[in-house]
Amino acid sequence: MASATPVDDEATLVAQLKAGDEAAFEQVVRAYGGRLLAVARRIVGTEEDARDVVQDAFLNAFRSLDRFEGNAKLSTWLHRIVVNAALMKLRTRKRKPEQSIETLLPAFLDDGHHEERFKSWDEPVDKMMERAENREIVRKQIDNLPESYRTVLVLRDIEGLDTEETANVLGLSVNATKIRLHRARQALRTLLAPHFRSAVS
Amino acid sequence: MKCRELAEFLNDYVSGELPAESRAHFEFHLSKCKNCHAYLVQYEVTIKAGKIACDEMSDEMGPMPDELVKAVLAARLKT
Repeated sequence: MASATPVDDEATLVAQLKAGDEAAFEQVVRAYGGRLLAVARRIVGTEEDARDVVQDAFLNAFRSLDRFEGNAKLSTWLHRIVVNAALMKLRTRKRKPEQSIETLLPAFLDDGHHEERFKSWDEPVDKMMERAENREIVRKQIDNLPESYRTVLVLRDIEGLDTEETANVLGLSVNATKIRLHRARQALRTLLAPHFRSAVS
Repeated sequence: MKCRELAEFLNDYVSGELPAESRAHFEFHLSKCKNCHAYLVQYEVTIKAGKIACDEMSDEMGPMPDELVKAVLAARLKT
């Protein structure tokens, strides 16, 4: 498996693509494929569908190269095409029943107080996320969310879709989408807590 | 407002959609309840952490499998 070669001159690469240079196509697929596959995997959830999505997206991108404007970033443009292809995949998919997430939500006492005392996470988020191991933990825990929740969280909080778009793609009401996002964030917080709570409390 | 209700409204609070009156109750509770305050902070950190962790960093996302590279290139030539 060859590693991704970084692209340092996008403008030249784009010119080569537009000229139909076969080596340039290969360079683009190798350089951007890995991260695009990760984006697709996070949205559609399975390796097989993610690969379909990435393949469709690259073919679609290569067909529309003349519409690529020089002032955009190639990576951003490809990212958008992959997200759209992934959303298309989700739209055509049969709805799965909602999985249970109760055990990952906060529990309350009869008087309405939290059962748990939350130990603080002592590092500011930017500092915490400077470390690769922490970024890896967060990605892994996102993957551990029940699928119907992970998808909403990824579309809203990571891909930046608005509530209406997300609701539309997933065939949910706006209100159900909001509730699901809120639960997904709470569940992710629960999954992250053992990793991020400070050792000294 | 109880901790339970505060947790229910977190979503609306962080997106600025909580009506003024509820917001006042919410913030009053927060000012008195350290535990809810810690929870709110962690809820916000969770949102940001997800965004940062999934930001495009090709090196961390694993490579493109060779067979998929070949499949994409072969499919391009067919179309």
